Amino acid sequence: MEEIDRLIEKSLEGEKLATARLISMVERGDERASYILRKVYPHSGKAYYIGVTGPPGAGKSTLVDRLVKLFCVNDYSVGVIGVDPCSPFTGGALLGDRVRMNIKHKEWDVFFRSMSAGRVMGGLAKTTKEASRILDASGRKIIIIETVGVGQSELDIAQATDTVLVVLVPESGDSVQVMKAGLMEIADVFVVNKADRPGAENIALSIQGMLDRSLRKREWKPPIFLTSASLNKGLDQLYDGVWSHYRHLHHDCRLETRRKAQLKNELRQLIEAQFSEVIWRNIINNSKLEELVEDVWEQKIDPQTIARKIVREQLRDTFENNTVG
Amino acid sequence: MVMDRKIRVIMAKLGLDIHWRGVYLVSQFLRDAGMEVIYLGNKFPEQIVEAAVEEDADVVGLSTLGGNHLTLGPKVVELLKEKGLENVRVFMGGVIPPKHIPVLKEKGIYEVYGPDTPMEVIINGIRESVQVN
Repeated sequence: MEEIDRLIEKSLEGEKLATARLISMVERGDERASYILRKVYPHSGKAYYIGVTGPPGAGKSTLVDRLVKLFCVNDYSVGVIGVDPCSPFTGGALLGDRVRMNIKHKEWDVFFRSMSAGRVMGGLAKTTKEASRILDASGRKIIIIETVGVGQSELDIAQATDTVLVVLVPESGDSVQVMKAGLMEIADVFVVNKADRPGAENIALSIQGMLDRSLRKREWKPPIFLTSASLNKGLDQLYDGVWSHYRHLHHDCRLETRRKAQLKNELRQLIEAQFSEVIWRNIINNSKLEELVEDVWEQKIDPQTIARKIVREQLRDTFENNTVG
Repeated sequence: MVMDRKIRVIMAKLGLDIHWRGVYLVSQFLRDAGMEVIYLGNKFPEQIVEAAVEEDADVVGLSTLGGNHLTLGPKVVELLKEKGLENVRVFMGGVIPPKHIPVLKEKGIYEVYGPDTPMEVIINGIRESVQVN
């Protein structure tokens, strides 16, 4: 048996080291990555995926630590992926999500993986979804993904998870901030963390007001929980709230609908990515691009026309070649 | 797909050591050198090795200024070996008496850096140790 097949088999049996190696290979874009993903995919889809997002300093990591504990004492195996930012200059990263984690490895079944976001916007790394599938296939029942936490750009998390927790703090802003689109709209569960500080009730009321006034039709009204994760307050209620969303998803095929919508989106992205790879490899390279820049610079032609022309010509060539072949 | 191999370094303050400036500084420099630094804060050998497994680390860096280096440092090496991670290099830094350095190396610590070590030495030391693997 090939070494890679042995690794995959061990990972599917739940071995941590093998799972860690597979995630690294996929993350690095190793040549075996697509083979791994093909083999692992049929075994995935059994876990419950929870996303945790919100601005930096909201206490996401501490909250994740406490939730992990609650899942573990209730006998669930948990996989966590913590995504942190990457330097746009050096590609290096300081991944600090583990600092808050106090995992009792001997008693609990937890696998925590830190990921650098790379040069991608949207709060997740390029391969976060793939890594979470590997964890899922390795038998983890709960997968928690914690986003970078940049602010309003954290929308990818809604594409990767079943339940999204948006974590805010009393200082997260007034009612105008709350009304702004984006982050607030992807929440299935709101958490006002650090609720021991002044203003917690106010922001909870602002969120409530926003939800009450919203014209969007909702089958699920996101509940709001006040917590102080570091003081262990409000966590049992939050835990129950997360499960009530899970139960909601398991009525009327809602989970299937949500996951299929995510798959559609994922497929679209992958197809686009493959196309653009083909385009950059076969059709246009940097020096060709620079030639075109000269034409545009001298205003012989405008950028839109030139782009359309290149694509049209290329597609025609491709089709003609295919017909001949 | 493009192969993008970043060195993954676990950095931890060993045991209950409270000194943070050194480990922060080194972590930042390693990040700026293009590495992925997984910072753990204060952790004991068992937790550090568990992190090395899950994170598929290449290197473990231990900061110690509190006098626990002779006991807890080699413990990390030992536990890594138990988990089948003998390829993961363990570096130590901090206040370590020179006469203890040979003892630590004897017990499997790959390299020991004192407070006056230039940053390039640490960065290159880590890079070379990973290439040897």
